[in-house]
Order: sequence, then C-alpha cells, then structure tokens
Amino acid sequence: MSSPVAEHSEPLIHVSKRVGISRGKSWAIRGAALVLALVISGLVIFSIVHLSPLKVYGAMFEGAFGTSRRAWVTIRDAMMMLCIAVGLAPAFKMRFWNIGAEGQILVGGIATAACMIYLGGSLPTPALLVVMLIVSVIAGGVWGLIPGVFKARWGTNETLFTLMMNYVAIQLTSYAVSKWETPVGSNSVGIINQTSRAGWFPTIFGQAYTLNVVIVLALAILMYIYLKYSKQGYEISVVGDSENTARYAGINVRKVYIRTMFLSGAICGIAGFLAISGSSHTISVDTAGGRGFTAIIVAWLAKFNTFVMILFSFLLMFLEKGAVEIASRYNLNNFVSNMITGILLFCILGSEFFINYKVSFRHKHS
Amino acid sequence: MEAACAVLMKRVTKQFGKVVANDAVDLELRRGEILSLLGENGSGKTTLMNMLSGIYYPDEGQIYVNGKAVTIRSPKDAFDLGIGMIHQHFKLVDVFTAAENIVLGLNEGGKLDRKAIALKVKEIADRYGFDINPNQKVYDMTVSQKQTVEIVKVLYRGADILILDEPTAVLTPQETDKLFAVMRNMKADGKALVIITHKLHEVMDVSDRVAVLRKGKYIGDVWTCETNPQKLTDMMVGRAVELNIDCPKAVKVTERIEIQHLTVKDKDGIPRLSDVSFTARGGEILGIAGISGSGQKQLLEAIAGLQVCEPGSHILYKDEQWNPGAPADNLENRKHVHELIGKSPLDISKMGVALSFVPEDRLGMGLVANMDLTDNMLLRSYLTGRGIFADRKKPKKLAETVVDELEVVTPSINTQVRKLSGGNVQKVLVGREISMDPTVLMSAYAVRGLDINTSYTIYNLMTEQKLKGVAVIYVGEDLDVLLELCDRILVLCGGQVTGIVPREEATKEGIGLLMTQFRKEGQAYEQSRS
Repeated sequence: MSSPVAEHSEPLIHVSKRVGISRGKSWAIRGAALVLALVISGLVIFSIVHLSPLKVYGAMFEGAFGTSRRAWVTIRDAMMMLCIAVGLAPAFKMRFWNIGAEGQILVGGIATAACMIYLGGSLPTPALLVVMLIVSVIAGGVWGLIPGVFKARWGTNETLFTLMMNYVAIQLTSYAVSKWETPVGSNSVGIINQTSRAGWFPTIFGQAYTLNVVIVLALAILMYIYLKYSKQGYEISVVGDSENTARYAGINVRKVYIRTMFLSGAICGIAGFLAISGSSHTISVDTAGGRGFTAIIVAWLAKFNTFVMILFSFLLMFLEKGAVEIASRYNLNNFVSNMITGILLFCILGSEFFINYKVSFRHKHS
Repeated sequence: MEAACAVLMKRVTKQFGKVVANDAVDLELRRGEILSLLGENGSGKTTLMNMLSGIYYPDEGQIYVNGKAVTIRSPKDAFDLGIGMIHQHFKLVDVFTAAENIVLGLNEGGKLDRKAIALKVKEIADRYGFDINPNQKVYDMTVSQKQTVEIVKVLYRGADILILDEPTAVLTPQETDKLFAVMRNMKADGKALVIITHKLHEVMDVSDRVAVLRKGKYIGDVWTCETNPQKLTDMMVGRAVELNIDCPKAVKVTERIEIQHLTVKDKDGIPRLSDVSFTARGGEILGIAGISGSGQKQLLEAIAGLQVCEPGSHILYKDEQWNPGAPADNLENRKHVHELIGKSPLDISKMGVALSFVPEDRLGMGLVANMDLTDNMLLRSYLTGRGIFADRKKPKKLAETVVDELEVVTPSINTQVRKLSGGNVQKVLVGREISMDPTVLMSAYAVRGLDINTSYTIYNLMTEQKLKGVAVIYVGEDLDVLLELCDRILVLCGGQVTGIVPREEATKEGIGLLMTQFRKEGQAYEQSRS
C-alpha cells in the first residue's frame, strides 16, 4: 500500500461525555474540589510565607466573622453582591451578556443620592425611602433598557454596549460628585445627611443592615419564582435558547429583550440604592467598586439559581474579608488572598469539567 | 468475486454512559465492493463509522486495515490509513474555490501551486466521472456540487476506503443517479466503499452487500442480489413490518388556504419565492417536492407568519364556516376569509387559526433543545390561562400522552429534548403539533434522518390528520414517498412553482424533471409532461 500504516499505541487518557450524573455524585465532586482547593492553598501559603495554613484560615475566618460587627459587614456586602447577581440572572438566562451592572449600580446610586440631598429635608424618611427605591429602579432600568432597545431594534452587540455604558455612568458620577462635593474642593461628597440621617436605612432589631437583608432576600426569592414559574420567565428561557424557536412560538422577541433588560438594570439600580442609602451614605466613582463584574462570577457559578447565589456571594465575601485580615495581621499584601481566591475558583470551575466528562485511563490488558 | 479485505472490525464496542452504541460488532469491508450499512435510528451505524474515521475511539475491540492491526486515534490517523468519510453536513469554506477547499489543511510545504492542484483535481474527476470545476467558489455551488467537492477532497488525499453517511438525503433523483455512477467507477477502480442510507431502493440499486445493525448489535450481512426490501426491513426491525403507505381517498375536501402571488425576498433582496400561487385543501395531503433550498422553508414560514412578504402577496385562510358555493361577492361569506399576510404567529393563533407547523430545524425552531418534554409542550400553550404563572399541568399530561402513544424512547418527561435521538425528537415535535387539533398541518422533511419504523409512524399520522379533514402540507425529499403519500404534488424550483401534479398523473421522472426546470418564460410544465 502506498499509504503508510501508522503504528500507534492506544492513547493514555480518554475523555468522554457523561450521560447524566446523580445529584449526590456531582455535589461530592464539588466538595472534593473545595477540599483540594484548601489543600493546594495551604501548600502555597506554607511554601511562600512559611505560615501554618490552619492559622491563616483561622485568621481569615476571624476577619470575616470574628466580631458581630465584622459579621454584619460581611453579611451586608454579601447581600449587595447577591442583589447584583440576582439582577444579572434574567439577562444571562436570556443569553444577554449584561456586563453593565457596574454602570447600572452607579446611576441607581446617583438617583438615590440626589433624592437624599434634594428631598432629605422635606420628606419623612419612610416616604423618602420609597421614593428613592422607585427612582433608583427607574434609573438603573433605563440604563439597562438602552442597550436592550438597541439590541432588539438593530442587533447591536450587547457586550460592548453595556461595557461602554459603564464608562458613561462613571463620568456622570464624577460630574455628580463635583456638583455635590462637601467641603468644596475635597472632591468627595462626604457623608450625606450625617446629622439628620434623612434617607438612611433605619435600624431594625438593633441592626443597621436588617433592611438590606430583607430587600435582597425578597428579591432573590421573587426572582427565583419569576424565572421558574411565570410566563415571562418561560419566555426568557425560550429566547435565550433559540430566537427562532421563540418567534415560531409567537413570542415577541424584541419585547422580551427590552422588558428583561429593564428588569435586570432595575435590580442593579436597587443595588445602587442599597450601596448609598443602606451602607455608605455617600457616593463616589468607586461606589460599584468592580462588584458588577464579580457578581457575574457569582451568577455563573450558581447557574442562575438565585438560592445557590446566596452561597457563592457569602463565599466570595468571606474570601475578601479574610484577605484583608491576613494582609494586615501577617504583614502580607492582598496578593496572597487573591491567590487563594484564584485557587478556589479554579478548583470549583474545574470540578464542572469532571461533572460533565468522564476520564478513563488506558486499559491494562493492551 | 474473491476480494481482498480492506477493513476488518472485530468485536468493536463503544459505550456512551450507560448506552451501548456498538456491542461487539464485527464488520468486514472488501476492496472493490460497495457495502450498505443499514439500521434503524440509534442502531449505531454512524458511531461505528466514526470509530473507523477516527472521531471516536473504541472502548474494546480491534480494527484491522489491510490485514494489519491498527489504532486510529484521530481523523488524521484515519487519513494516513487511506480512510475518508463524507459526512452528512459538509465542512467547506464558502468563500474558497473547490480547489482551495480540497487542499485546505493538507499542510504541504512550499508555494500553493494552483495549476498543479487543478490538474490533479481534473485527473481525479476524469478518472471517476465527476463533474467539477476547480475554480468555482463554494457559495455558487448546488448541494450536489458541494458533495462532489467533499468526495474529491477525500480522494485527493489518497483515500481508498470511503464512507458516505447518507449522501443522497439532499439530492434529486438525477443527482443520485450521477453519484451512484461515480461510486460504481470507484468500485471498479478497486476502492472499498461504505454507504449509509435509509432508502432501501438505493441499497438495492447501488450496493453489492448489505450489513445490518440493530440496537448496536451486528445482525448479519447478505448479498444484495439475494435479498429484497421486505427481507432487509425485517432484519433491521427484528420482526415483519408492513411496508405500504396507506393513501385512502381524500374525503371532505374543501379549500382551506389559498395562496396568491406570494413573493418573499431574503435580507439581501434575492427572491426566494416568486409569484407562488396554489390552494391547499382540507382533507388532502399536498406534497411539496423540490431540491432543498428551492423555497420550501420560506413557503411554510410565510404561511406561519415568520417571513416578510412582498406587497401583492396574499395568503387567504378560509375558516370552517366559509361556504365554497357562495358567489365571490357575498359579503357574509367573505368574513370567513382571513388574510394572513402581515400577521405574526401570535396574531394568527389569536384569530383562531389552528396552524400546526413542524419545521425543518427541529431543535433550532420547533423545540427548545435545553428544555425538558413538559416545557416543550408548554411552548404552544404557555399563554393560556389567567395570571402571570404558566400552567404546567396540562403540558405534563400531554407529554405523558405523546410519550405513550408515539412510543417515544426517553428516560423521563423531565429529560432535555436535546438528549433524545433524532427520531424521538421528531415524535415529540409532531406529537405536540397534532395535539393542537389543527386545521392546517405543515411539515418540512418530517422523516429526515428517521428510520423506516418511525417514518411509517409519521406517514400514518399525516394520513390520519388528512382523514380528519386537516389540510396537510408535506414537504418531502423522497419522491417515492411523496408519490405514495400525497394527493397532489407541488414542485418548487428556484422559488417558483414548476408544476402541480395530481397523484394519478405523477411519475418519479416527471417530478424529477420539474425539480430542475427553472422557468424563465411561460410554462415549462406542459413540455415536461410529454
């Protein structure tokens, strides 16, 4: 024969797709990934800084939950993260890559701050809170609506569009900061209504952040129901899977894009409301602080299940708070904790591969 | 006819999860023969061939090529052994010429010598009787020409073992004949060929030997000259099967949809349908024949409200109260004629028009691939009921009924439809559409890729609907089936109607001619009938 007959040995490793895996087994794989991540991080910590990994983990835990105040700050920030992730869920479920949460948070925040500043003296706080909620919903919603309309009408790329909208929002925030700065020349707004506390979240059951938790958990539950059981939620899933099928079924695809992006932006706007009124009481270009992007990780890891998002929001916040603690306690910088976060995410994401694929080695007999 | 053994597969097993796609299959392929590989959907034909062409790797068993034990780890290994597979879906670069596609990926050193390539392509073409122009761009080619490029590409690489996976699914009868002639030439040249097809008459026509698989197991092989379609079907299915399509006389025939001067242009402004006029009647099956891409898709989608139609087009739906005997200017009667142009699918269903549509792209249009059976049933009914929540109780029941009645093989009704095999996906889709009690049922290539058994189930469902008085529009590609199943056959060519032939007058050759007869002026149909 003219063609050379290749002599090959059997490949060492086969990768094949799994057909269905039990829930228990898939969670066991995820659990194993978590343990593996902790072991690898421990080795890394020990080999680089020669500290006992257990001590470092202990310090991280103390940093996040060591005191009641720290615990509440962690809860507050996890709720903020969850709120953004919940906002992203409908858009992502529709395969609309909304990476503009950052901007949607900021415009929601600007709207909230404006209400606090201009209406703080004239409205009682409960009424003011309602007004701020509505205004932040509208502001964030419009910020999400714009790329939604463009995508629906002209098929523009939503990834670039929402990203660019972030920069517009940052510039708007700079403008607002320079307009409202106190004292003049400080280039910061300072704590708004520090003495009157007008428009601040009230202290409920002795905690300043109770309302944050209530609002965000309510949103998470409602979003879960909306996506899973409502007609609109069904439309979102169909459009996300195949636009052609949606049209075939008589779904108005444009309308679904626009409506869903308003909803997504609106919830991110509420996150802005929480950030200003429910936590920092001031506004700056760092109000969103990259959380609009981190929340994308939360949403994806949870596969858009808002209940699982609670778990991942806490995990990421725990890592962040723990990082700050070990950085200050052991004179390390933030990079060590970033490494731990990286190792953890790598292992968790990597575990999905083993859930979807089976790896088998070469047969012994050949 | 004592021929050398080209390929020998011994006890080859391949498992996907718990599903055994191939269970200790033995297969022999000899030089200078055409072997038909026959089997129902999911019987493991394609899996077996994919192991030969390096796409899958067998779990167990041994493959011998030219008497030597080999390991095929990748398509490249397969090429080195002279094995080439022509897949159902072509893998060509549209903006390249035939010659460029042929040498693509060869990684030959030096300059790209177009002249030498063209010469070699020409030589191959002359040797086997291919009709190919090396400098033609792929986007200018018909499906049949693209297929030719795929085959020449494989030969160019020196393949002498060729596997063709359902090559005739997209060809006209004339093109199929041409392909078979080429295959016979290759056989005479000493090449070994495997053809996978569901069409038994083609098996009888072209192959020397038939190997049958059933549920992953090798059933046996027979000489083609010693068998017949009935025997082959029995082997394939494992029991005796009735191979006749029932075509009872149409009853309660009334006009249902009248199409006048329908013109549809695509987004580049190229007409896909030009001045199409016909009437579909309730109680009869209207077959639509044509080379794929002749406007079938646009026609059905236009009726379903999914296409933008040019001014002057009319799609008139005549509801059940419409009286065919009334004079044309009877105002009362006109109320029962509804214009569907400019209406969205939602508008059409709100008008009370029960239009069922089984589109060509099952998972990309008719169903939601990532949803389970229940949610796919919900697709047509999710808006019913009050309130903001979707009612999943009835769809769940419907899913159970469809699974029961159409014998859908699925782990449960909570399985994503993309995980089902092609035939079962189609049953789910057809089951849902028929459950809507349609007055019009449109289907595009409803049996494409389905095995004999499932195909006959689908044919019977169509006939059942016809007897209920439904206007059935059936776009098909197998002319034998169209001739048996349909009461009238409309032929499309290049977006034009080249003929509407009643069943009694239709012949396969006549329809085949109409399929390629692009009409510039006047009626080509009259000439073709002689």
